[in-house]
Amino acid sequence: MTSPSFSPTGIRFEKIDKRFGGLYALRRVSLDIAAGECVVFAGRNGSGKTTLLRIAARLSRPSSGTVSFVSSGANGETLPAAGFVAHATMVYDELTAEENLLLFAKLQRIADPAARADKLLKEVGLEDRRKSLVRTFSRGMRQRVAIARALLNEPAVILLDEPATGLDPQGVTWFAETLRGLRDSGRTLLMSLHGESEVSNLATRAIRLDAGAVVADTRTGANFRSILAFANA
Amino acid sequence: MALLSNSAVLLSKELRTEFRSRELLTTTVVFILTIVVLFSFTFDPSVTESRRFGPGLLWLTFLFAASLMLQPGFLREQNNDTLSALRLSVSDPFAIFLAKLTASAVFLLLTEMLMLPIFAVLYNVHILAVLPQLILVFFLGSLGVAIPGTAFSAISAQARMRELMLPVLLLPLLTPVLIASTEATAALLSENPQLRVDWLGFLAGFDVVFLTALWLFGEYLLEE
Amino acid sequence: MIKTILGAVVLFVAIAFTAYLAFHYAPIEKTMGPIQKIFYLHLPSAFSSFIALGICFYANLRYVFTREAKWDWLGVSAAEVGLAFISVVLVTGPIWAHPVWGIWWTWDARLTLTFVLWLLYTAYLLLRTMLEEPDKRALFSSLFGIFAFLDVPLVYFSIRWWRTQHPQPVILGGPGSGLDPRMRVSYLLVWAAFTGLLILLLNGRYKLEAMRASVEELRREAEVR
Repeated sequence: MTSPSFSPTGIRFEKIDKRFGGLYALRRVSLDIAAGECVVFAGRNGSGKTTLLRIAARLSRPSSGTVSFVSSGANGETLPAAGFVAHATMVYDELTAEENLLLFAKLQRIADPAARADKLLKEVGLEDRRKSLVRTFSRGMRQRVAIARALLNEPAVILLDEPATGLDPQGVTWFAETLRGLRDSGRTLLMSLHGESEVSNLATRAIRLDAGAVVADTRTGANFRSILAFANA
Repeated sequence: MALLSNSAVLLSKELRTEFRSRELLTTTVVFILTIVVLFSFTFDPSVTESRRFGPGLLWLTFLFAASLMLQPGFLREQNNDTLSALRLSVSDPFAIFLAKLTASAVFLLLTEMLMLPIFAVLYNVHILAVLPQLILVFFLGSLGVAIPGTAFSAISAQARMRELMLPVLLLPLLTPVLIASTEATAALLSENPQLRVDWLGFLAGFDVVFLTALWLFGEYLLEE
Repeated sequence: MIKTILGAVVLFVAIAFTAYLAFHYAPIEKTMGPIQKIFYLHLPSAFSSFIALGICFYANLRYVFTREAKWDWLGVSAAEVGLAFISVVLVTGPIWAHPVWGIWWTWDARLTLTFVLWLLYTAYLLLRTMLEEPDKRALFSSLFGIFAFLDVPLVYFSIRWWRTQHPQPVILGGPGSGLDPRMRVSYLLVWAAFTGLLILLLNGRYKLEAMRASVEELRREAEVR
């Protein structure tokens, strides 16, 4: 959101298969995401969007195939883990906003966790609610904590799985603004959405998944709006 | 070392969360107290009878209480999918287990220490003289319960009938802990109190075996 | 199919033959009388169950590291067959004990261990019914199976130490002492027959599980469409 301290990173999915029991959630998905791209994945429920994002986040392992992060400025350093925002907030209701951020900052061995947590609380506008339990937050505020958590390690890649669900129009606007800032700072964004909105308009590329396979990609000439328009077909 | 530091951070979170609400501790203490009192109606708590049945009763009660207390371990992390956040943040998933099993062992030990004086009074047994040794037995025994218990709570959190599945999975496996702890406790509460180092060694061995198994296989328990 | 039926017939004959040996060829034991002959059922069942549980452990390990469904099939087959044999042990024990000792049950080391084993592997099978998703079911039951197997020696030693300190009537003193050669032959042949039975049952159960897995897969695919 402010001065980048990360190396622009792209993602390469190579022949990703993911099976659950006998069913294929993803079939031979191969994609090249350039550093700094803002990609929106569209598709019906069960088309594999969430699975793909979770594999990119390394929460899930593909049954076969590989996912790799490609960074120009890496010089062999380990790349920071991707930031992940989902519909679930992934923060503890019974801790305060500040405690949550401190916890995850310390776990990720961030130098001066207190300062980082502080900075992020300010950036998401929760500074005056830092000592309140997350349990008392509205949905919009919880998503702010979620974003703050995802940005703790200043990731080069941010993955968002239907993150605007349940937000009121103001919440969506705030979200879109925040994402715009992240996109413009050069971060690579992958998000899955259900349809057109302020958020999807930020994307530079759209990909449609159906039954676990890529069926349309604006990079190969498909129409942006039509990919999103058929999302709920 | 990242593993220890992560475990420490998570452990402090577990402890802080519990001490804030104290719901787990209070419910468990009340549960154990109820059973201990109810059981006293089933036999005449003379000194000899208490020495015979007391330790076994005590440990059996702790095992039941533990299988209830271990339940929330991973269930809580399903709330808001915080487990995914943890998996993303720690370098070694074993840290998650280490923190949770330590927290469980601590909670268990706390409830046991709270119960001991009550047990001593209700059943007419002398514990003061052997208190440090008793604490050692309870410490090793609680670890023995917490280690496989934490592993299985990760399993039962994803199964149906999970409230019953955890005891069904855990209690038969804890037979050695029950035997060893009961014997060691009985020896300390007998007329000639002695510290059974052989049983303590056995308990320590049990703890090591399952801690190693958890270290080797833990990451698979968290897979999705 | 033919092979299985043939195998079953051969096995039936083998077991019938060894039963004849046990009842008519082997002499009646001096002290216990005819009831001792239940050992010909009891011991080979115990032996077969240990083999089955060892196979289960191996299959569990293989599954965790390869994730190939066939190891899960072998694991559940071995656990079920093993449990069946354990049940035979648990039932024949008291049947022997009652006329000899006048009691149905005693907590001697071997019987208690057997009972705990029965509980552990019942838990394994019960866990499987509580996990619906096939991959999760296979993985988690394999992990539980590994933990359970690691527990077995610990259970055995703890019960034995405990029992040596609190002696109880030993239910099965072990038939090894002073064995008549006819008894020895009978035992060996029954063991061989039971091992054959184990293999036959494992094979059948494995095939059943393989079929069940493909039915489940087909059903899931159909549901998606």
